[in-house]
Amino acid sequence: MKENPDTQARRVQDDLRLNYGPNKKFITICAGTGCRAYGSLKVKDALEAELKKQNMNVEVLATGCFGFCEKGPMLVIHPDKYFYQQVKVEDVPEIVSKTLAKGEVIGRLLYRDPDTKKTLFREEDLPFYKKQLRVVFGRNGMIDPTRIDDYLAIDGYQALGKALSEMTPEGVISEVKKAGLRGRGGGGFHAAFKWEGARRAHGSPKYVIANGDEGDPGAYMDRSLMEGNPHSIIEGMIIGAYAVGAQDGYIYVRNEYPLAVTHLTMAIASAKEAGLLGKNILGTNFSFDIHITKGAGAFVCGESSALFASIEGRAGEPRAKYVHAVEKGLWDKPTALNNVETWANVPLIINRGADWYAAIGTEGSKGTKIFSLVGKINNTGLIEVPMGTTLYEIIYDMGGGIPNGRKFKAVQTGGPSGGCIPESLLDIPVDFDKLYEVGSMMGSGGMIVMDDRSCMVDVARYFLAFLQEESCGKCVPCREGVRRMNNILEDICAGKGREGDVELLEKIATGVADGSLCALGGSAPNPVLSTIKYFREEYEAHIKDHRCPAGVCKALITYSIIPEKCTGCGLCIKVCPTQATSGEKKKAHKINNDKCTRCGACIESCKFEAILVK
Amino acid sequence: MKTTSNIAGKTKEIVKKHGKDKSSMIAVLQDIQEAFNYLPKQALKTAASAMNVPFSRVYEAATFYTAFSLKPRGENIVKICVGTACHVRGAATLQDKFERTLGIKPGETTKDKKFSLETVNCVGACALGPVVLINTEYHGQVTMKKVDKIIEKINNEGAQR
Repeated sequence: MKENPDTQARRVQDDLRLNYGPNKKFITICAGTGCRAYGSLKVKDALEAELKKQNMNVEVLATGCFGFCEKGPMLVIHPDKYFYQQVKVEDVPEIVSKTLAKGEVIGRLLYRDPDTKKTLFREEDLPFYKKQLRVVFGRNGMIDPTRIDDYLAIDGYQALGKALSEMTPEGVISEVKKAGLRGRGGGGFHAAFKWEGARRAHGSPKYVIANGDEGDPGAYMDRSLMEGNPHSIIEGMIIGAYAVGAQDGYIYVRNEYPLAVTHLTMAIASAKEAGLLGKNILGTNFSFDIHITKGAGAFVCGESSALFASIEGRAGEPRAKYVHAVEKGLWDKPTALNNVETWANVPLIINRGADWYAAIGTEGSKGTKIFSLVGKINNTGLIEVPMGTTLYEIIYDMGGGIPNGRKFKAVQTGGPSGGCIPESLLDIPVDFDKLYEVGSMMGSGGMIVMDDRSCMVDVARYFLAFLQEESCGKCVPCREGVRRMNNILEDICAGKGREGDVELLEKIATGVADGSLCALGGSAPNPVLSTIKYFREEYEAHIKDHRCPAGVCKALITYSIIPEKCTGCGLCIKVCPTQATSGEKKKAHKINNDKCTRCGACIESCKFEAILVK
Repeated sequence: MKTTSNIAGKTKEIVKKHGKDKSSMIAVLQDIQEAFNYLPKQALKTAASAMNVPFSRVYEAATFYTAFSLKPRGENIVKICVGTACHVRGAATLQDKFERTLGIKPGETTKDKKFSLETVNCVGACALGPVVLINTEYHGQVTMKKVDKIIEKINNEGAQR
């Protein structure tokens, strides 16, 4: 008789847990893209070499992203869980001889709270992590994403075992429905409704797809999940496929994420080898396979129908959705498409139950959400918080506020489809509905923080330029309307704005939103409308006074030197590409505004903050 | 020198690897670009006939996606991240600096074929912003001063592939 798949999975897990017992000494080092760029793999190599030299048998695990990207490279020494940050190769001998050999802590590598000046020993003590609830993303830091055994050791594929042995497909759908899981890719559509629709739809074969075309600039949580915990996505997809009745699945990965492709490919291969993917999964009659498709750099391919076109090998143009994707999606077959993070939530719901899941979050938005906190913020990184956490908590408690003592101005959420939220709304709880109410949206979870040196007109122009470039050109209102809005914004930034431009922008915005087939055009006006709504005075300063209050728009600013601060060191003269700066040594310098191109080279070089931008 | 026949030969190999199915189109174009650093016209023609699709179909895909280039590119590809996080941290100023230093605009290649300049809408390494990706190496917190050093280093010692 065949062993029950569930018991089989549990037995494997018990074996594996022994390898990571509570007293085992090992090191986890963050090997996400950010930390790799800081040199974390070199630190890992050095650690391994040093351990060998000192004859110590301690395993070093290169894990997925820890989230606190600001402080990389970072590592955790188990079982004491000491958290070392900004570790350099030079620190390695000391880490091995002191911390690993004798259990001594190295003070300078610990995190120091800038507010309380206290030195903190463990990850969970850090203000950045303290208020987080890292049920999806936190597992990244515990495993080597290239090894399926590590995932199994943290209860991986247990949900799949449970679903296949104890639940019917309808049971899975109703559990996910009860949990209230909504799509993490932007729309916030209920996942279970999609699955139900695809299950009921006629047509065969059926497909499930993971959307990993994370196009919103400033959002990188999907990247970190695909790189750091690929099996969680795959497990979610297999469960979804079982619920929908799909035989085939695709993961569509953005062109810019090569490491994600590598790790997903390895994960798929090892899941197949373990009998978790492919024919007769865990000895049942259910068969399912996953393929990877690489994008080729088109933002619009994050839109469902454009994504299907791209997988089919065509240009990624969206189509009208009179018939939903759940009925006619990829190759006109029933398709359930969810975002990468949505899929990664599924095993949790099955494992811990819908009630546990639905207890987290707000009335309409359940569970947690991963956000990327970037821009003008002290603690850049990825955070996972319960839905309903306020913007203030995110930006100030976890993010540590704005660097260099500057003033907060706005936070941009939802990517090019979202909007800018001003300081007066920082107390709103973040969930799908609330963000929509204030004129922005959740999007995939990017939060770009801006300070008083960010120009809101320039930000609107930036997004419109982005959308003009990325509009596929199929719908005229989007293609021409976005271009026209961008032209107007360019004029305003260049000091050529005219009275009535703001009203004209608002008028075109309505036309673009109403006349476009897909969400790209439909939400394209959001960056403009939200900045007009909350920062109208900045538009007026540009148009009426020919002034850029933030000092960003080059045509509207001048550089000058503050004589009291200038020491006459001559650095700005050396770096100026247009010879606009001049002066004698040790005497205050001058800037010739006819020659100055406002390139910023002098500001970057000046050590005395003597350059004034007005 | 890449002759017409070895471009065609290599392209046929690529199509064979992915299969003639139309859904392989983008993967085929990606591999062609990987092999030649751009999409040579001859390769597109060969791919069209090998996959049994009209040339217009290949051309449509090749021109729709920004990752594809129909022009030969330089030895080193400099990609300036112009994602929102990098934008608010001064990516535009940095782009100006690269344009001045290399004497080319995005989408162009230096005369000595050493550098091509491109922009990319977020590489997902926002903590390092502003970020510049050169071939496969990420350069974080890039300043104008660093740009000169990075270019000088590549000119002298070559770059990571």
